[in-house]
Amino acid sequence: MRYFLDFEKPIAELESKIEELRQMSEAEGLNIADEVSKLTEKADRQLRATYAKLTAWQKTQVARHPERPKAKDFIRALITDWTPLAGDRAFANDAAVLSGMGRFRGRPVMVLGTEKGSDTETRVAHNFGMARPEGYRKARRLLELAGRFGLPVLTFVDTSGAFPGIDAEARGQAEAIARSIEACLMAPVPIVATIIGEGGSGGAIALAAGDSVLMMEHSIYALISPEGCAAILWKDGTFAATAAEALKITAEDLKRLKLIDAVVPEPLGGAHRDPATAIAAVGDAVQAALTPLLALDVAALHARRREKYLEMGREAIA
Amino acid sequence: MTWLTEYVRPKIRTLLGRREVPDNLWVQCPACQQMLYHTELAKNLKVCTHCGHHLRPLAEERLDWTFDNGEYTRIELPKVPADPLRFRDTKRYIDRLRDAREKTGLDDAIVVAHGTIGGQKAVVAAMAFEFIGGSMGAAVGEGFVAAARLAILQQAGFVCYTASGGARMMEGAVSLMQLPRTIIALDMVKAAGLPYIAVLTDPTTGGISASFAMLGDIHIAEPNAEIGFAGARVIEQTVREKLPEGFQRSEYLLEHGVIDMVVPRPQMAETLARVLSLLRRAELSQAA
Ligand SMILES: [Zn+2]
Repeated sequence: MRYFLDFEKPIAELESKIEELRQMSEAEGLNIADEVSKLTEKADRQLRATYAKLTAWQKTQVARHPERPKAKDFIRALITDWTPLAGDRAFANDAAVLSGMGRFRGRPVMVLGTEKGSDTETRVAHNFGMARPEGYRKARRLLELAGRFGLPVLTFVDTSGAFPGIDAEARGQAEAIARSIEACLMAPVPIVATIIGEGGSGGAIALAAGDSVLMMEHSIYALISPEGCAAILWKDGTFAATAAEALKITAEDLKRLKLIDAVVPEPLGGAHRDPATAIAAVGDAVQAALTPLLALDVAALHARRREKYLEMGREAIA
Repeated sequence: MTWLTEYVRPKIRTLLGRREVPDNLWVQCPACQQMLYHTELAKNLKVCTHCGHHLRPLAEERLDWTFDNGEYTRIELPKVPADPLRFRDTKRYIDRLRDAREKTGLDDAIVVAHGTIGGQKAVVAAMAFEFIGGSMGAAVGEGFVAAARLAILQQAGFVCYTASGGARMMEGAVSLMQLPRTIIALDMVKAAGLPYIAVLTDPTTGGISASFAMLGDIHIAEPNAEIGFAGARVIEQTVREKLPEGFQRSEYLLEHGVIDMVVPRPQMAETLARVLSLLRRAELSQAA
């Protein structure tokens, strides 16, 4: 059974009615094709109308949808010759960060992704996509490796943020994130980062300081979770929807603020309704972003990156 | 260089508009509750004469205490668009900004100056906790970038006093982008072969810690400063464990290998002078 979000309830009701009718017609041999097609049309209209004007808070829920494709789904669909690589060479292998080499449309690439997991077992195994210092240190190691062998880097970001834990702090979470951002910015190879679900603050940008940053249509990219912001500024977590709106966290917002490069459209009703199509669209967008970057030599790439990041926030946007 | 002529004007206001006359001549130490006479406290660099607690000073006091003879030139920082998100919570951000400017006499949460430390050229960026908790938005990022560029231009050592609760929430993702932005500026300083010293003061948490605070060639912390990425309360709620004694304090970080040294405020200037002199590359020393 599909998992429906609260605001999808009217659609869920229509769809379950359609399903009921179908089963009934099969069981009793009734011809109710007309009725079904009418309802299907209605459900489709409802879905289209709902998704055409999702609020920032609704997008937050879509971005966190349990059935939304996760980093490993993107890797499985887009990368051939997948060769996982593990470990920061100092402490551990952090399973919250997927990492390895492979081929993207024939070209060798390095791939990093934050993985939330898709059921209880995998969620726990991947620590719900919240990386510890060793995850960011592994990323840094592999960014440097990619640089030495000229592999472009693709990242798939989906995390609520870095893991807030005693052990993570003791091992220098802040330093690990800062170094990972630095490694992105210093890499002598192009980096294309895609926010596929939740882009949660420092833990996200550690893997997303790329030459080209893409966001899927219903993903979010935020300094702080709407709930966290509401708790601090409104002193009341129930103001999350208001905070989500104020924080400007949608792909459209980030594009308008010139903080990302492109928005990748999702299938009607969100990526969870048609993961294959959603992932294919990301593949095409990554290819389109990567191609012009491959033509740049290291000096040009660094100059472009420097200019890109130094300009952020300088321009007034009404 | 155009940016220099455009942005770097000596600040006459440095000497005039200082608003540090306390409402009250007695200050209570937040650690030991002792009442301290404010001139005594100022003479002791705002370190409690009773218990040694380091009270939070103003950003400008950092400059006074760091440069030789308290002499330096403040630079005017480039302006950035205020309120990029047109943010409002229970109050409009633009009003919060105006109030903070009135209260502190600062434009935003960072001040930058150049001068000498132990006779060596230095640029110092000091974050102002008194300005919206020292939070980093586009203006702080811009100030840090300007300071880095000034250090390169002057072939000077670069020192940053961090004092910040984190990112400026009211600037959302614009604030988040200051992480890569300040890191790019730092890498320009490092590429120029100049030392960058991060002096971590209470507090240095959140976005600041995940960018320029933790990328120093040398990390120095004031005693007992709160330093860390995630907030203590968030950690407690997540792991449902009691936090260890001294967690996220300078001495804890020293023990865990995150910082180089803990230096009490009265020894900070001489320590900076010594570190800067040791890190001067041979060809620069000879040229100087
Ligand atoms: Zn005291």
